Amino acid sequence: MNRRARIAVFAVAAAGLAALLVASVVDLPAFGHYQGAYGNQLNREAVAERHTTNVVTATVFDYRGFDTLGEEFILFAAVVGVTLLLRRHKDSEDHQEVLRKADDDRVRSDAIRIVGLLAMPALFLLGLWLVAFGLVTPGGGFQGGVLLAGSLFVVFLAAGFRPYAHLTPAHWADSAEGSGAAAFTLLGLGPLLAGAAYLHNFLGSGVRGTLESGGSMTLLNWATAVEVTAAMVLLFSEFLESYVLPSVRPLQ
Amino acid sequence: MIPLQLAALLMVGLAGTTVVLMRDPLRMTILNAVYALTLTILFLVFQAPDVALSMLVVGGIAYPIVLLAAIARVRSGGDE
Repeated sequence: MNRRARIAVFAVAAAGLAALLVASVVDLPAFGHYQGAYGNQLNREAVAERHTTNVVTATVFDYRGFDTLGEEFILFAAVVGVTLLLRRHKDSEDHQEVLRKADDDRVRSDAIRIVGLLAMPALFLLGLWLVAFGLVTPGGGFQGGVLLAGSLFVVFLAAGFRPYAHLTPAHWADSAEGSGAAAFTLLGLGPLLAGAAYLHNFLGSGVRGTLESGGSMTLLNWATAVEVTAAMVLLFSEFLESYVLPSVRPLQ
Repeated sequence: MIPLQLAALLMVGLAGTTVVLMRDPLRMTILNAVYALTLTILFLVFQAPDVALSMLVVGGIAYPIVLLAAIARVRSGGDE
């Protein structure tokens, strides 16, 4: 297909897309006029019903808890896929080569090391805080989990690959990721076995606005945090190994 | 729409355009992180702090790290 024909095809497609976009924008509700009945209802009732002042987390772990189970396993499957493709066997020659090359690549600047040393615990603490208060203030297991993994990644940025690998042993990250996903599943299935509804809150609602609020949602929140932290750590580890030693095929 | 919301929307449009116009993958990754930051501000201004936090950690931490590692691998010759 020559250039003229390509442009002609593109013009037709672009005109069609523009027409559809205009049509959908014209039909949008006016700015600031939210029309979702379900959202308004949750905003009215979630705090009274579930004693969680962060309605978003109550939606994620309670009203829409089953959807979150699916999302947990999307992340789980994605990270398992990355690991299967990229991981080198821990006793293999490749892996030894990664560690040797990583030593040449370690960070030597004192300024970067000191900034990293100061930033890492602060970010880690912020991550824990985001998870812990997920049911009270904005945040939760997902956001806190990624930040926790990010704080561990600072170790790579400020020190090098070997300290990072030392701090995040693969067998710990593997089992943490699986345990997090399993805990979420079991917290949902447990109440079913006891004759209650799926994800039934078996710990009661607790005291509004405190760490005691949310009942078993707190457990779901921490299970998610463990899974997300481990998933991100695994993702970073596998990609970092490919970064340190890009020239060797991961699958032999 | 209050002026703050309008400014946040314009910043998102501007940052998004720079990401599209940049052709170098490395610079594009950095610009994309800036774009994520403008989206974070947008969500915050529109009073969705949970979404803003998600955007911040995904667009500021997870996605750039994966992209940078992939770019480094491709640039050094990949699987040859």
